Amino acid sequence: MTTLNPSSPMVWSDGSTDRSHRSWLVRSAIAIAIFLVLIAAFAPLLAWHQPIVCRYQGALYFPAVSDTANRIPIVGGWIQKAKPFRFPSFDARTELDAFAVWPPVPFGPMELIADANLSASTTHWLGTDDRGRDILSRMIHGAAISVQVGVYAMLLAGFVGVLVGTIAGFYGGAADWMGCRLIEMMMCFPAFFLILAVMVWIGNGVSGVILVIGLTQWTGIARLVRAEFLSSRELDFVDAARSYGAKGWYIALRHLLPGAIGPTLVAMMFGMADAILLEAGLSWLGLGVGSESPTWGGMLRDAFDQIRTHPGLMIAPCAAIFVCVLCCHILGEQLRRSLDPRQSFGGNRS
Amino acid sequence: MTIPTFVGIVLITFLLIHLSPGSPASGTAGGFGDGGISSVDHDRLRTHFELDAPLLSRFGRWLTRVIRFDFGRSFADGRPVSQRILERLYPTLLVTLVTIMIGLCIVIPIASYAALHAGKHFDRIILGACVGFYAIPPYIVGMVLILILGVRFEWLPFSGLTSEGYSEMRLWQKFVDIIQHSVLIGCCFLYPLVAYLVPFVRATMLSVLNEDFVRAAFARGLTKRQVVFRHVLPNTLGPLLTVMGLIVPAVLGGSVVLEVMFAWPGMGRLLYESIHDRDYPVIMGMTVLSAVIVLGVTLVVDLLHAWSDPRVRYA
Repeated sequence: MTTLNPSSPMVWSDGSTDRSHRSWLVRSAIAIAIFLVLIAAFAPLLAWHQPIVCRYQGALYFPAVSDTANRIPIVGGWIQKAKPFRFPSFDARTELDAFAVWPPVPFGPMELIADANLSASTTHWLGTDDRGRDILSRMIHGAAISVQVGVYAMLLAGFVGVLVGTIAGFYGGAADWMGCRLIEMMMCFPAFFLILAVMVWIGNGVSGVILVIGLTQWTGIARLVRAEFLSSRELDFVDAARSYGAKGWYIALRHLLPGAIGPTLVAMMFGMADAILLEAGLSWLGLGVGSESPTWGGMLRDAFDQIRTHPGLMIAPCAAIFVCVLCCHILGEQLRRSLDPRQSFGGNRS
Repeated sequence: MTIPTFVGIVLITFLLIHLSPGSPASGTAGGFGDGGISSVDHDRLRTHFELDAPLLSRFGRWLTRVIRFDFGRSFADGRPVSQRILERLYPTLLVTLVTIMIGLCIVIPIASYAALHAGKHFDRIILGACVGFYAIPPYIVGMVLILILGVRFEWLPFSGLTSEGYSEMRLWQKFVDIIQHSVLIGCCFLYPLVAYLVPFVRATMLSVLNEDFVRAAFARGLTKRQVVFRHVLPNTLGPLLTVMGLIVPAVLGGSVVLEVMFAWPGMGRLLYESIHDRDYPVIMGMTVLSAVIVLGVTLVVDLLHAWSDPRVRYA
């Protein structure tokens, strides 16, 4: 008679019970995320070609502040900048001699301000690129574009995904069949191919990139929401809600959707990393936001074109993309763990 | 289930064509890049995609075109689109298929070892490394590899599929040449695949290890090796196969930047070139074809899965 081999355990844990050593990682990820969002929101206050506060012909002006406010979606369009600062030909650097408070990096991201390929100095903290633009300023405004694309594209993808998933999972039958086919066919397209094919027609621009990424990256979220609806549709609490006369949409939104929010948020967090990578890839190809705009991907491309002469140009955008994406992954992973402790790493990432 | 999806793919690309600036609906010229679209292109698009015909008949024509694999002639050089795509298919297939094969050979042993020693140092290091590597986009790794191995030390070529004077080489020299050229781009395809699959296979394996039949196998007195090879591994391969089908679009999509970076004459680079040349027939052909390829792979994976696992067949 054989005895049980004592070295073979009966329960195979995934070894992730003790997570306290990871908390510093998560904390720093949160800190970096907040830092990035703040940079994105207040980019013109950090690096701009016009001062924050200045006196010009006897009056006080706040050009960088009004540019910051201009970037707020929807509302921003109504704010108009004060007159001399609105004109592209107006050079604040030469015109202003009285009181002026400049941003910490007093260079615009698209300004051809100095000699090409200067190395880091006290005036240009990270040096200048091949056309004499300040790299730190471009990095800051690149962060703004990356964060914008990541956040807005994922909000759009989340909305479409939840909508399709809810309709498919709640109604079932023909709606489910249609929803599943729609998800399937969207998943068949390599995201990059479809995005490029659409960009050909709609042209460059941040809003176009956001729209296209949002409308192609929703499939994973839709599948999660649908699965959540299918699994909890038949549970007792839904019958209970129905018994006191709740209507279909009320049940879907009030009782079923909250259960799907957690997985959706996790998927959106990972999706944000993908969106940022997609945007950087598009900009690397010179096909995304526009060749002049400061993007991390575009800066990488500039560095690649001069890889033999100035390989140091790579460092800043590489580090930024890596940190940003890693940050999204760590936060997504932590969110998954805190929402569902049973699920171990690498469950379903789409 | 495949046929409705196929029709849907054709429909989506059809709608894309409908967005085109050549359609009667759009009077003004939108366009890509910094300039607008020229009036010559405008007229060419109209005739090429038959934008004047009624909607339904146009959809019918597009559907039959896709089925017959006939996307007309390229605007750039006048050759048939299908021919241009086919000659670019094989470098992409070469690098992706070989990478996937090598990837599987690396992933399965590492992931199995990590799963069987879950929570130990090796497992933790591997998992951490996977998360880290997965966060680095391939184009960054590509640039670093080109810089270090290609430019600094000049160990490996990093541009194109073959060297100059390829046609005069002997057979084995040709073979070595192609392998040398594909090492760097292959690495860029390989590492995200490994970093994605190792945690997945490890998690699948852990859940299989906790199944009753594994416990029963141990209870029967089988050794650990017998249990792992006979009972655990085969049950891990099913989910792995499904995931392999799902990552094909990601690999194809990632090929665009990498192939441009390494001047690799594959499908991704063809797409990039045709976008620059505004070669719309090729762009639309590539888009629909890539989706059809993915659909085909998914179908094959499903069939393989059903063939290998009776539980799927009778479910």
